[in-house]
This record gives sequence, structure tokens and C-alpha cells, in this order.
Amino acid sequence: MLRRVDGSTGEYAPERCDATPRLLGRGTAGLGLVEDAAHTDEVRGIREGRLAWLHSWELVTSMDGPGSRMTVFLNGCPLRCLYCHNPDTWQSRQGRLVGLDELVGRLRRYRKVFAATGGGLTVSGGEPMMQPAFVQNLLRAAKELGIHTAMDTSGALGRKVNRQIMSDLDLVLLDIKAGDEDRYRAVTGGELAPTLEFGRRVAEAGKEIWVRFVVVPGLTDDVAQVELVAAHAASLSTVSRVEVLPFHQMGRDKWDSLGLDYRLAETSPPEPAVVERVREQFRAHGLTTY
Amino acid sequence: MTLTVGQEQATEAGDGTTATAWLGFTPGPWQDAIDVRDFIQRNYTPYTGDDSFLAGPTERTTRVWQAIVDLFPEERARGVLDVDNHTVSRIDAFAPGYICPDDDVVVGLQTDAPLKRAMIPNGGWRMVETALKTYGYEVDPQVRETFTVHRKTHNAGVFDVYPEAVRRARSAHVITGLPDAYGRGRIIGDYRRVALYGVDRLIADRRLDKLALDGDWSTESVIRDREEMAEQISALEELKRLAASYGFDISGPASTAREAVQWLYFAYLGAVREQNGAAMSLGRTSTFLDVFIQRDLDAGRITEEQAQELIDQFVIKLRIVRFLRTPEYDEIFSGDPTWVTESIGGMGSDCRTLVTRNSFRMLQTLHNLGPAPEPNMTVLWSESLPRGFKDFCARTSIQTSSVQYESDELLRGDLGDDAGIACCVSGMAIGKQMQFFGARVNLAKALLYAINGGRDEKTGRQVAPQSTPVEGEFLDYDDVMARFDQTLDWLAQTYVNALNCIHYMHDKYAYERLEMALHDPEVVRTMACGIAGLSVTVDSLSAIRDARVRVVRDESGLVVDYETIGEFPMFGNDDDRVDEIAIDLVGRFMAKIRRHPTYRDAVHTQSVLTITSNVMYGKYTGSTPDGRRAGEPFAPGANPMNGRDTHGMLASALSVAKLPFTQARDGISLTNTIVPQGLGRTLPEQVSALAGILDAYIGSDGFHMNVNVLNRDTLCDAMEHPENYPQLTIRVSGYAVNFVRLTREQQLDVISRTFHERV
Repeated sequence: MLRRVDGSTGEYAPERCDATPRLLGRGTAGLGLVEDAAHTDEVRGIREGRLAWLHSWELVTSMDGPGSRMTVFLNGCPLRCLYCHNPDTWQSRQGRLVGLDELVGRLRRYRKVFAATGGGLTVSGGEPMMQPAFVQNLLRAAKELGIHTAMDTSGALGRKVNRQIMSDLDLVLLDIKAGDEDRYRAVTGGELAPTLEFGRRVAEAGKEIWVRFVVVPGLTDDVAQVELVAAHAASLSTVSRVEVLPFHQMGRDKWDSLGLDYRLAETSPPEPAVVERVREQFRAHGLTTY
Repeated sequence: MTLTVGQEQATEAGDGTTATAWLGFTPGPWQDAIDVRDFIQRNYTPYTGDDSFLAGPTERTTRVWQAIVDLFPEERARGVLDVDNHTVSRIDAFAPGYICPDDDVVVGLQTDAPLKRAMIPNGGWRMVETALKTYGYEVDPQVRETFTVHRKTHNAGVFDVYPEAVRRARSAHVITGLPDAYGRGRIIGDYRRVALYGVDRLIADRRLDKLALDGDWSTESVIRDREEMAEQISALEELKRLAASYGFDISGPASTAREAVQWLYFAYLGAVREQNGAAMSLGRTSTFLDVFIQRDLDAGRITEEQAQELIDQFVIKLRIVRFLRTPEYDEIFSGDPTWVTESIGGMGSDCRTLVTRNSFRMLQTLHNLGPAPEPNMTVLWSESLPRGFKDFCARTSIQTSSVQYESDELLRGDLGDDAGIACCVSGMAIGKQMQFFGARVNLAKALLYAINGGRDEKTGRQVAPQSTPVEGEFLDYDDVMARFDQTLDWLAQTYVNALNCIHYMHDKYAYERLEMALHDPEVVRTMACGIAGLSVTVDSLSAIRDARVRVVRDESGLVVDYETIGEFPMFGNDDDRVDEIAIDLVGRFMAKIRRHPTYRDAVHTQSVLTITSNVMYGKYTGSTPDGRRAGEPFAPGANPMNGRDTHGMLASALSVAKLPFTQARDGISLTNTIVPQGLGRTLPEQVSALAGILDAYIGSDGFHMNVNVLNRDTLCDAMEHPENYPQLTIRVSGYAVNFVRLTREQQLDVISRTFHERV
């Protein structure tokens, strides 16, 4: 099974081929961290968007948007998806406090890389809109540097995306996790409506959307559910591609190490045939689907 | 002979044969003096299109390749297919041999049968004898007597003169892989000269060069030069006899594309009959050959299918170069490599691309014949390369994992636009420069010696000069660095001392007569030192500085283990705090190397490269302060340690790109493995992503990148079922190998090595 993880992994462990332990808490290399900030400074910094709780950053290619991109994983999420592979991003304070300047410095460093590869910045999480002021400042800084921007979001906090943020976004990676309210609640603990409403706003603003959908056996893979999600996706006029992602078990060790109850422990990745059927369902709506 | 030629055509070459051969070529200084670059520049046709013109394999080619493929299972099972255990190899030693006599478009084998290996004992008799015994061949007593009684070998010479300190360092594995028992290789003959000028012209010129030395006083070095030139001339004569045995007269220049390929190949074949060098690289031949091919295509003498057939069959010959080697040799250079490195593409100093249709044809062999480790396809990458070529390279990488990339920008800046790669990453100005290959030192072990007062952490023996070991429970960065610096002084001195002995004796007893005949009379020599274990050492120093490292001593007071408490930045995450240590270390050791005079005044250089020896180095090195356990492999080349580069492949590569090329002009190697899905959803997306990554890396002063596009699952399955993956090729630290021919240990190392799944 392929492991899609945050960062490359692998330690010398010749006795096993299939699994690789991951290094935790080393996702912020090269960034000056804010240690021991007084609580009031911290609160003010976050409110003003000068500080953020950061899980990690990565330089990835063809993953979170086109080209090679700096993906910034921000901490904090209002949803509790059963299949979450980064439960260590749920709480803000599980992250590390980092200043805006540090990330903008990184962006400046990678301008050449973005230019050579047609890439840019992707803000992801967690749910990036948990820290809207910071996202707004970061996107603004990216645009001032002439860098392509994307946001990977569930849309659950879409109403926090103000005009400035919307105008500074070039691409939205919109996760539609289920097709109706009941199922959405079962999967995420949250509501679907804000996601759909946000999708409509993005489309109205004329911004490109890539829809993402995770196929979880027994949870989101039935024909009727997929049909609903595909219809939602098709209703958004600026969707240029759909990425159907097979569920995987890579987040499992994180749930364990955080002492969380992982309810999908017995769930297997979907059969390739099922994934292909799901993709066909999206394609039937005229959507370019991978 | 009467010729009617236009003004733009070359005729000033003296005899009629040469005039005919050069018909249609633009004249220039290349006619008056040996100057292949000038010939290329005046005559080549840059190609900026895509791969759509390429042809598939002909039936003849497929038959020839299948005949070889059928021999592979037995070769793999037995280690060697066959050995000629009576004939000592020399340029003209064997009767002609063929793969398929009716289908061979290019002829010539190392012995009288394909994959049959030859004895080349000048480097050292022991290696030959051990290899023969390993593979169950009888040792011919007469040959043994010749090389143990009557004729001294390089190996015997070196051990007569090694100082005791060198022997100690060598057997402690702090200096390892030295070419003191085998051919040093890494010399690229300019094999193109034979095709362009014919052998007679080369002999005549070298006679004149030698004559010029007659006026010089007979000092030791002048005498050596004269003798070497005499040897070169004999080698060229032997080369003519080799060609004659296959029915070809190569005294004059090649007059057709087929002859050009054949002449060039004979020259290379002569070299691999004479030398079992660690790397027997081909040079930069594709664009040169394109001139001949284009001339025949323009004249309607051949078709594109025939042009491709010629290159396919040439490449088949290069794929089956074999040497007789021992299992110990395999530990350093695993997978039976020969490093028939061919440098492809690049840009010219005049900003025209050096990519031709034949650059494509050379890479197309990987599609026509399937992936293979040899020849070692090396693309000289520049952001300025034509889009069509970049895309074809990237697609070929994705589909075959058989291509490596080197910075054309750095190489051209250093050596001009007719440079090629020797072995993995060593740039050479073709025909003008040679190197004294120096293997490498183990930096991590040197750090452990610094901590232990010069004692070996595994044996307790005093290897480096005695000093007081570190005191106290925790390591202090400044204290360790001061000690380490002193240990590196000793290491650099001992190392250059060893290399001088080695290359003196190699010149004396195993001189590369033919390869050097295909160089200018005066060449630039480099003393190519190298370091292994860069990232493990850097991470160890970072741990000592930024975390707390407690030492664990055995009863004799020897530090045998470390307990590392807390976090520390690790090399490979584009984190300047730790990458600066790496930059410092590379420059620091280079400076120490430069302090020591070299044999023949060779220019000091250094590489950051391990080949597959990162596994062996790890095995012989105790636990290190970064948390690596005793025996675990180092990362290959300049790679970050496995699994510690957690910010994506490009961030990892950008850390490596910071290492200063000026302090490591013999090359800096980086190997990356990517799963295909990690590059994009569709092949076009993957192609443009990979080309973009290379642009970004080379544009950031990265020097070298091996690219494997593979699934971990494929490799695991190939370990269990090697019979299903005879051609599975992967790139390892500067070269490519058949995965199924690696030792199990090395296979596991490759599998455990960082796979970039989010690239």
C-alpha cells in the first residue's frame, strides 16, 4: 500500500518492508519559532495575524495544487473526521508558534522554485480558516511576491473567507467529505451546508476549484452518497478537476500516540475497482477526475 | 584520386582517404590539430524539437538483444557466465567474437564470446586469482608465475611503499575503497578521435609530440613522459590490429555513420580490454556521432530506422562490458558496474544547445531495449535546454529510472562545453584532463576518533595519533570541534599520502596506454579525494550543539555509544542552522587536503559520493551522536540521512544544493526515489513536474541528481521474485544497477531509504 504522509519517511528498519515509522514534531525546520511568548502577546499576535500555530511545512510537487509548492499546515480544526490522517492538527496548541515573517521569508526563498515549476503556496491544515487573520496576511504577502496561491479547506469555516482572502486566492482545494447532512455529520461531526455555500461563493468569484473526496469503505463509498457529492461538485462552475483519494491507514499511529479512539482501525483501503467506480461516477457528471 | 568539392568542404587533410571521409564537413582548425570540439562546433545540427521523429527497434536489434537477455539468468545465477582463464587480456589478445554474426551491425567483444570475462592482472594478481577461485575456475600456473614472479603489479608496488600509518587507517576502514588492488579507472579516452582522424594520424601526431621532448633534458619526469608516449603509440598500433581482426582498417577516418560508430567503439573496446578500471566511462559521444549520422541522413544513405539501429546496437555492446571482480569489490561497487558513462545534451558556450537528434536516440535505447544500468546515461541539464528534450528526459526517467542528471551550468563553467562525466559525478574536459581516483574517507569514523583520542570505537586500537579523549558525561560542541579539526588534519595528510603512493605505482605498473593515447600530450591531472558520511557527521555535530549528547563508555573508557536527549536540526530540510555545518565541513576538509603536495602536481579536488559503499561504511562504524546505531548504513553520497528529510524532496535537495561546488569539484551526489503518483496524476503532468524539479534544483546550484521513479512495493516484490525483474534498474549514488544483482543488505538499504511520496 502506498503511504501518503506529511513528509517523506523512512528509517533503517530492514526487517520490515511495509511500514516505516515517522518522526513526529520535526515539521518546522528552518523556521524561527516563538518560544515562551507571554500569553497576552500570543493572543494579540494571533488576532492580528502576525503569529500562527503551525504544524509543519513542506515543499511538495503536484500534490496540493500545480507545480512544486510550499504547503503550510496550520493547526486547529473544527471537524473531527473519522479518517483524519493528521489528528495532531486538531488542537491549535499542538502546533508551534511561528511568526508571519518566518514563512514569508521561506516564500521569498522559494520564488525561483515556484517560477521553475509553475508552483506556489498552499495553505492547508488542520483547517486554515481557524486562523483567518494569519491566512489573510500570508496570502497577501504571497501575492505581493507574485506567487500563485491555493487553500486546502473543508469549507466548514468558509464564511470567514473575506473579500480580501478570496481575491488573493488563485485556487481552492475543496474537500467535500460527504453528500448529505446526515452522512457529513457521521463522518466529520460537522455540517455540510457551509461547505456548499462556500463552494458557491468561490465559483461566483470565478476562482478555480479542485474538489477532493476521500473514499472510505462502508462510510462514503456507496453509490448514492458518491452521486450526491458528484452532483454538488458538478454544480460548481469553476471546478477543473476532482481528486478521488482512497482511504489509507497511515494516520493510525498518530491516533494511537495521541491516545484517541480510532474507529476505522478495522477498515481496509477501498478496492481499486471501487475507487475506479467512484471516479466514473464523477466523470459521468462531466468532471475531469483522477 | 580526384575530388570535386565545394568551398565549404574540408579537403585540407592530406591523403585522399581522409579527404573522402571528411567530405561535406565544414573545415576549420580541427583539421590541422586534434580538436574534436572544434569539429563538433562547426558541424553539428542543434535539435530543438520533440521525440516524435524517433524509431523503434529493428527486428535485427531485437534478435541481438534477445540473444543477450537469454544469457542473463545463467550469468546472474553463477556470478559470471564464463571466464577466459588462460589468456591475459590486451588490446589485440582475442580472436573475434559475435553475438549474432548475421545481425550484428556493430562488432567487437571483449573476448571471443559475449559476457565472457577476461583476466587483466596489471592492477593486482590477487584480485584475479580470488575471482577465479570464487567462480570455480582453475588458476593457470603460468599466468600466476608471470604476475607473481616475472611481472610486478600495481597492487604489489603500492604495498611496497605504503607507510605504516596508511595501512593502519586502511585496515580500520577510516580510509576505504582505495584503488590499490584494482584498476583506478575514471579516465575517459577521447574515443571520438579514432573516428574523426583515424589511428595513423594519431600515431603520427604522438610521434611528433615525443620528438618535441627529445630537446628536454632527461629528468625523471621527462623520461617518464617519453616512455608513456612510446607506450601510447604501441597501444594505437595494437588497436589497429584489434580492428583488423574484425576485418576493419581504422588507420584512416570513418567515412560513414556506421564506420564512425564502429571506429569509436573499437577505441573504447581497446580500452576495456586493457584496463579493468573502476569506471570505464565513454565520454560525450552522442552529439559527435550525430554529425556523421546527419550527413548520411541528408545524403539519403541511411534512414532514421537505420540510424536508431546503429545506436541501439552500439548500446547493446556497451551494456555487456564485463570485468572479472571479487565479492569484496562488490561491497564497494555493487551490481557489477562498469560506469560506461555517456554525457548527453548540455548547452554550448555560444548558447546553442548541444542537444541533437542523436541525444534523443541515445536515450531512446532505454525504450527500445528496456531499462538497463549501462551505459550510465547522464544528461547535462540546464534550464536553457530545449523543452522537447527536457520532456523526453523526464519521461525516460519516469519510465525507466535509468537516467542521472548533472548541472551543465556548473560543469561548463568549470570545464567548458566539451566536458563529460567520469564514473558518477566527476567532470572531465574530454581528452584534456584525467584524474587520479581516490575513493574516500569516512568522516563519521573520524569524528568518533576525535572523541576517543584517536582510538577505534569498535576495536579500541589506536589508529589516529594519540590524544586525550573527551572527558565528562556530556559532549561539548566547541571541545568536540577542536578535536575533530585535529583528527581531520591527520586524516587529510594520511589520505593524500596514500593516494600519492597509489598513483605513482598505477602509472608505473598499470598505465592506461590507450586511454592516454587518446588525450592531448599534456593533460591536467586532478587528485580526486572524497568524503563519505557527510550527513551522519553533520547531524551528529548538530546533535552535540543543539541537543544534549551523553556518552556511554565501556570498562576501558572507550566511548562506545551515545544517548541523545532533545531535538536538533537535521540536514536535508533546507534549514540553514544545520546546513551551515555541512558547508563548513566540506570546505574545511578540502582546505586540509590542499595542504599536501600531490604526485605529478595533480590539482586537489574532492567528491561527496559513496557509490554503494555507504552500507559498508555504516557496517564498520560504531554508534554516532545523531542517534544512528552501530552498523546502520550511512546515507549515500551527499544524501540526508534516511527519513530525516521531512520537508519534501525539493527541500531535501536544496540542502544538498548548498554544498559548495568550488570545494567539491569532483562532484556532489544526490539520489532521490519518488513514487510515480508523487509526481502527478497523468504522465504529462508527471513529466512537467519532474522537468520543473530539475530546473529548480539545477537553478539553485544543485550539481547532481539520480532520479528513481519506483514503488516501494515493486522493490519488495523484486527481492522475493528476482526472476520476474531481470531488467529492473535503479539509480544508486551516481550509477545505475540491476536491483536484483545487489546484495540483500544493499537491497534492504535501498528499500529503507527515503521514498518521497509527497514529492
